[in-house]
Amino acid sequence: MAMIDIQHISKWYGSFQALRDCSTKVEKGEVLVICGPSGCGKSTLIKTVNGLEPIQEGEILVNGISLTSPKTNLPQLRAHVGMVFQHFELFPHLSVRENLTLAQVKVLKRSKAEAGEKGLQYLERVGLLEQKDKFPGQLSGGQQQRVAIARALSMDPICMLFDEPTSALDPEMISEVLDVMVKLAQEGMTMMVVTHEMGFARKVAHRVIFMDQGRIIEDLPKEDFFGKPHTERAQQFLDKILVH
Amino acid sequence: MNYNWHWLIFWEASPDGQGTYLDTLLNGLQWTLVTALSAAIAAFVLGSIIGVMRTLPSRTLSRISMAYIELFRNVPLLVQMFLWYFVLPEFLPWGLGEDMKRLLPPWGSLVPAVLCLSFFTSARVAEQVRAGIDSLSKGQKLAGLALGLNLRQTYQYVLLPLVYRIILPTLTSELMNVIKNSSVALTIGLIELTAAAHAMQEFSFQVFEAFTAATLIYIIINIVVVIVMRFLEKRVAVPGFIGTKREAVITS
Ligand SMILES: Nc1ncnc2c1ncn2[C@@H]1O[C@H](COP(=O)(O)OP(=O)(O)O)[C@@H](O)[C@H]1O
Ligand SMILES: [Mg+2]
Repeated sequence: MAMIDIQHISKWYGSFQALRDCSTKVEKGEVLVICGPSGCGKSTLIKTVNGLEPIQEGEILVNGISLTSPKTNLPQLRAHVGMVFQHFELFPHLSVRENLTLAQVKVLKRSKAEAGEKGLQYLERVGLLEQKDKFPGQLSGGQQQRVAIARALSMDPICMLFDEPTSALDPEMISEVLDVMVKLAQEGMTMMVVTHEMGFARKVAHRVIFMDQGRIIEDLPKEDFFGKPHTERAQQFLDKILVH
Repeated sequence: MNYNWHWLIFWEASPDGQGTYLDTLLNGLQWTLVTALSAAIAAFVLGSIIGVMRTLPSRTLSRISMAYIELFRNVPLLVQMFLWYFVLPEFLPWGLGEDMKRLLPPWGSLVPAVLCLSFFTSARVAEQVRAGIDSLSKGQKLAGLALGLNLRQTYQYVLLPLVYRIILPTLTSELMNVIKNSSVALTIGLIELTAAAHAMQEFSFQVFEAFTAATLIYIIINIVVVIVMRFLEKRVAVPGFIGTKREAVITS
């Protein structure tokens, strides 16, 4: 059974169709990289996986649980699907430690002590233990994104979704975030990553998807994606982002 | 101008039997504070609920709260005061209207005054809460939901703590407004501060002293409110939190 199974989904915003008959699978322990031009539907696709964006057609199964079934408890499912955003979205009024523990306590019903221990353990793994009492506004972008990753990991997720986690960062901070993600991938985390960091894709991705205008137009094993000729549309895009 | 200044008037006995004229004013001050503070607390709670409703995905709830806000914000306060005092008791069921009319002073005018100011002010607070929520980046709500918080928890632990910090300065001026607006209650017979000053002037003819004193008292109340709210702002300030992407747009 695939960890994430996306079957023929379509999504409309009003009359605008943002996703057109998209299908793909992510096996347990697999890393899937999604790329494509701005506005092609990458964020929309990744947000459908934890039900932040509802779909009008098709079916999504996460760990065998249907997202479209009215019986599914969405908050409970989301608690075990980690998500990392382009703009970090740490809660600015809470300290780093409180950011890490809020959902553990309120959703997973862990005790404050247990949640604190867990949170700090992951904070240490992203190398920021000494920042535990600071507020998000006092951290650099790269540090905030690492805290956001630790926050997601504290919930013991069965898979992780990343939506352009490095594209809001200054260039010198990109690698500190990518390093954390590479480590996570190597430890066997199931990951779906929207990114244009092709170095990251080469290093840890198993498969790469290319999207255009709401469609998945290429879905290839990494070796094929980086080795074989592409559709004209994908090649144009890759030429542009691989130049620099 | 031929006017007999007489500042010692405050220490002379007032014919209303409450003691000196100063006592008359202080009594009025007491009812001003009781009216304004009760209404402020009720408006804060009610306004938060209505303002949140305005931002919920449910079209129905959003429309209901929009109608509420428009109704109470756009009918003049004086008209609302008369509606609560003269008209409402006629329509209340189970003899409640009769009970309301039989209330002894000051309760007979205090209850409708507090109700009126609560609803009027709650519509303004609701609009500020709504604007505050709209000003937050959409990502904050998504981040809360993505962590498994339900919608109520996302509002409770993420959105509202941010919104209240952002709108604290406008809530301060709303609190000052409700104190000023409480003077409208004199039209339905509540002897609050302005009415007390007016009564003092009627009895003693010392119009300037009476209203100078009332003015000073209003100014002192405002200074106290500002000091308390500044203290509160400092207490809840978050290091490095510069509010939101854009300032909350308050349309009032
Ligand atoms: N909430 C929304 N309402 C209407 N249209 C939207 C909304 N979100 C995204 N879109 C549109 O859907 C398309 C895909 O958006 P998105 O998934 O954010 O693209 P990407 O992440 O690939 O840049 C874009 O054309 C965008 O304008
Ligand atoms: Mg995007």
